[in-house]
Amino acid sequence: MIALSPELIAQHQLTPSEYAKIVDILGREPNYTELGIFSVMWSEHCSYKSSRLHLKKLPTRGRLVVQGPGENAGIIDIGGGYVIAFKIESHNHPSFIEPFQGAATGVGGILRDIFTMGARPIAVLDSLRFGRLDDSVTGARNRRILGGVVSGIAHYGNCFGVPTIGGETIFESCYDGNNLVNVFALGVCKKEEIFYAKAAGVGNPVIYVGARTGRDGIHGASMASAEFTEESKQKRPNVQVGDPFMEKLLLEACIEAMHTGAVVGIQDMGAAGLTCSTCEMGSRGEVGVEIELDRVPQRETGMTPYEIMLSESQERMLLVADKGREEEVFQVFRKWGLEAVEIGIVTGDGKLRVRHHGDVVAEIPNRELADEAPLYSRPYTVPPRAGLIPDYPSTKLQRTLPAMLAAPDVCSKRYIWEQYDHQVRTNTVAGPERCDAAILRIKETGTSIAMSLDGNGRYCYLSPREGAKLAVAECCRNLSTVGARPVAATNCLNFGNPERPEIMAQLVAAIEGIAEACSFFDTPITGGNVSLYNETLGEGIYPTPVMGIVGTLKTGEPVTIPFKNRGRKVMLLGGIGDCDDTRFGGTQYAKEFIKELWGLPPALDMEYEQRVQFAIRKMIADGLVESAHDLSDGGLAVALAECCFGANGIGALIELDSDLRPEMLAYHEGPSRILVSTEFPNKVAAIAEKYDIEAPVIGVTIDKGLEIRQRTITLGAWEIAALKTAYTQSFETYLR
Amino acid sequence: MILSPHLKLMKFGVIVFPGSNCDHDAFYAVSHNLGQKAEFIWHDSHSLGDVDAVILPGGFAYGDYLRCGAIAKFSPVMGAVRQFAAAGGLVLGICNGFQILVEAGLLPGALIRNRGLKFICREVRLQVATANSPFTNTVHKGQVLRVPIAHGEGCYFADQHTLDELEAEDRVLFRYVGNPNGSLNDIAGILNRERNVMGMMPHPERASDPLMGSADGLTVFQSVLQAVVKA
Repeated sequence: MIALSPELIAQHQLTPSEYAKIVDILGREPNYTELGIFSVMWSEHCSYKSSRLHLKKLPTRGRLVVQGPGENAGIIDIGGGYVIAFKIESHNHPSFIEPFQGAATGVGGILRDIFTMGARPIAVLDSLRFGRLDDSVTGARNRRILGGVVSGIAHYGNCFGVPTIGGETIFESCYDGNNLVNVFALGVCKKEEIFYAKAAGVGNPVIYVGARTGRDGIHGASMASAEFTEESKQKRPNVQVGDPFMEKLLLEACIEAMHTGAVVGIQDMGAAGLTCSTCEMGSRGEVGVEIELDRVPQRETGMTPYEIMLSESQERMLLVADKGREEEVFQVFRKWGLEAVEIGIVTGDGKLRVRHHGDVVAEIPNRELADEAPLYSRPYTVPPRAGLIPDYPSTKLQRTLPAMLAAPDVCSKRYIWEQYDHQVRTNTVAGPERCDAAILRIKETGTSIAMSLDGNGRYCYLSPREGAKLAVAECCRNLSTVGARPVAATNCLNFGNPERPEIMAQLVAAIEGIAEACSFFDTPITGGNVSLYNETLGEGIYPTPVMGIVGTLKTGEPVTIPFKNRGRKVMLLGGIGDCDDTRFGGTQYAKEFIKELWGLPPALDMEYEQRVQFAIRKMIADGLVESAHDLSDGGLAVALAECCFGANGIGALIELDSDLRPEMLAYHEGPSRILVSTEFPNKVAAIAEKYDIEAPVIGVTIDKGLEIRQRTITLGAWEIAALKTAYTQSFETYLR
Repeated sequence: MILSPHLKLMKFGVIVFPGSNCDHDAFYAVSHNLGQKAEFIWHDSHSLGDVDAVILPGGFAYGDYLRCGAIAKFSPVMGAVRQFAAAGGLVLGICNGFQILVEAGLLPGALIRNRGLKFICREVRLQVATANSPFTNTVHKGQVLRVPIAHGEGCYFADQHTLDELEAEDRVLFRYVGNPNGSLNDIAGILNRERNVMGMMPHPERASDPLMGSADGLTVFQSVLQAVVKA
């Protein structure tokens, strides 16, 4: 018996008061195995102990919400008897330590969250953030991490057979020692075939299926709940190894087993492995679970109860079957060549009881373990403020636009997404970079869904609340720009150390911003993930909430970004907008050309934003626009250039009636703006008027070239090929 | 007699190996887009039943951990595929299916890592190299089709003798326009000597519906239908 010294308790990242609570729950001192079990379940990663109090502020109900937060994924009704299950998860820490496997198992984990609900995964999107690729000190490492992460995502998703259809990739020094890998997955199933991670029926068998348990990933959840230090790089054995082929078999076998009707409840073994799946299923079902570890299939010999319970080996599931029908389940798993072993039973005493060689090695009440983790109201002050407005010189648009299009954040990421199979399952109506949102048809219902991921750490650093609202607004705008109605959201909250009051302040403000915007746009949050302690050596990341929002639309040819025909009017829904020095400090222009971050993010008027979105959806429904593209990073100039990159080389002549300084006019990032080209400017104007939004005609499409004038003064005129080369050919050069 | 537009004239079999992931896509293309009968055939079957043509779909059979297709060739169903091919049945290997047919010796050559060493998913242009096959009888030689590729190991490789033979016997089915993966002679698809077994790395099933960006791939399945109906 190992004595539990204060040092050992501290190593398990449990505070003295948390330990006292454990003793109180058990009515005795825990043993070593129980200490390990508590430490993972009560880690920040599993228990959300710093964020739970504030997450309650998020709107989670809605007409279409079938399942909100608390399950493995959120579920939305899409009509026709079908539902979609979706969620976003982070795998930030593992991807920094071991980029390939860290990212691969991030994909694997979120896919299991989807199919454990009974839904077949049909889409993955990812939001990636890395340190600067050109940094003289960290650049080489950042390039290596990027390469590993992208290969890892490709390896897992491609083999599993799920299309990776979109996302975002951003570079910023604050992610140097702390890259972000957020993966969104979505699946579809019949409404009556949803499964829940709930144990039920005293005496029912508890069955372990999938890969064997090894010593990999022990304490992964706790690792994700601490800041990085130099020693963290030695934690490579804490990162799991993924096997997408095993996962593919597990998917097929689980779905087939579910269809037998013999499965009562099912949960994947992700963070905290067997520990989490047993006590959570028990807690949700208000029952006990008793397991015998000797029966757990093991990859290695001599594993201790502690190791078996805490292992995060991948591609494993736990299910509860109807007593007497377990053979039907075993038969399916045999067909797919997978191990399925009865390791225990459901009991009536509400306890998680773990035996090893017949001896009880842990006995803990499920509900207290799973749902009564400490809850902290951590003190928060105010978020840190950015610097003052710097003096900055005027520049020539003629020169800056090609440079802006070549910037790592702005340029085409084709290099990345061509490594992802984005078409498998033949549902991809619009894959990467084709429209502002990715679009999938749902064969089963004849309708389509659109998805977008958005976050902006710079905006959120300047104002976590406004930045978070802007992320929600942009995500919804991306969906509206393809004609989809946003219906529900998931979020991944990436922040620094919550024990620092100014970081906690960022988290609280961002959650409140998301709550406000998601309520306003009627996109309830159905689940998500919080990743804290994203700090290395005391340096926190920018607060980076990433939104994933899903919308619904009719199936049909999508309205894509590029101009299609010459002689069409180019109109700017929402108008040119306004900006000042304060609101210019968070833009891509400030980042690329002034190399500073100051002031406030662009101003958002949510009422106006919503009217712009209603208007574009109406225009698309009426078939009035040939192309549509919302303005985001890099503002009007970048959006205009991107509209010129179609196959037929159509360009535009633009005349802007504005008194803004030229660089502000070209690059300010005021929201609520969408560029369209149309054959029917009067009808577009009529709809704009109906929704009370500006929609100036700012130019006309032409055979070749892009020219931007401010009234009569030419700010820049380019051959499209030159701009396109900067946009499409730059990314690879940064990796050399 | 009035022919129903939904008349089912033939039946495709789609083989499912553990790890196949384009099986549903191939099934959908021939059943929904082409409008013919289709059924899945599990990898441990010893018979193909009454199918008129069989598709080995894309994916990662058995995880492809050893070498693409190297384990799948030992599947029980491959014996049935061999017999079916020997009896003149039409066999289509798409992507991983092509790799399996090559490993099984039903087609010559090998498929090795793409020259760029990366997985590539993109639409490519394919030139029809011969219309003299049951897979290209509805298109004409030289016609260019838009069909996507999605593979990491699709670089077609063979010794000079084999290449010469393929060319001399008009057995190159498709060539890339703008070679994406380093395939010798720009080869994207080939035929066996008897011209009833084909393998191609691009995915015609993904280009069988205009909504997916192209319907050019459907011509492959239309050709098979034509060949079966005429036979």
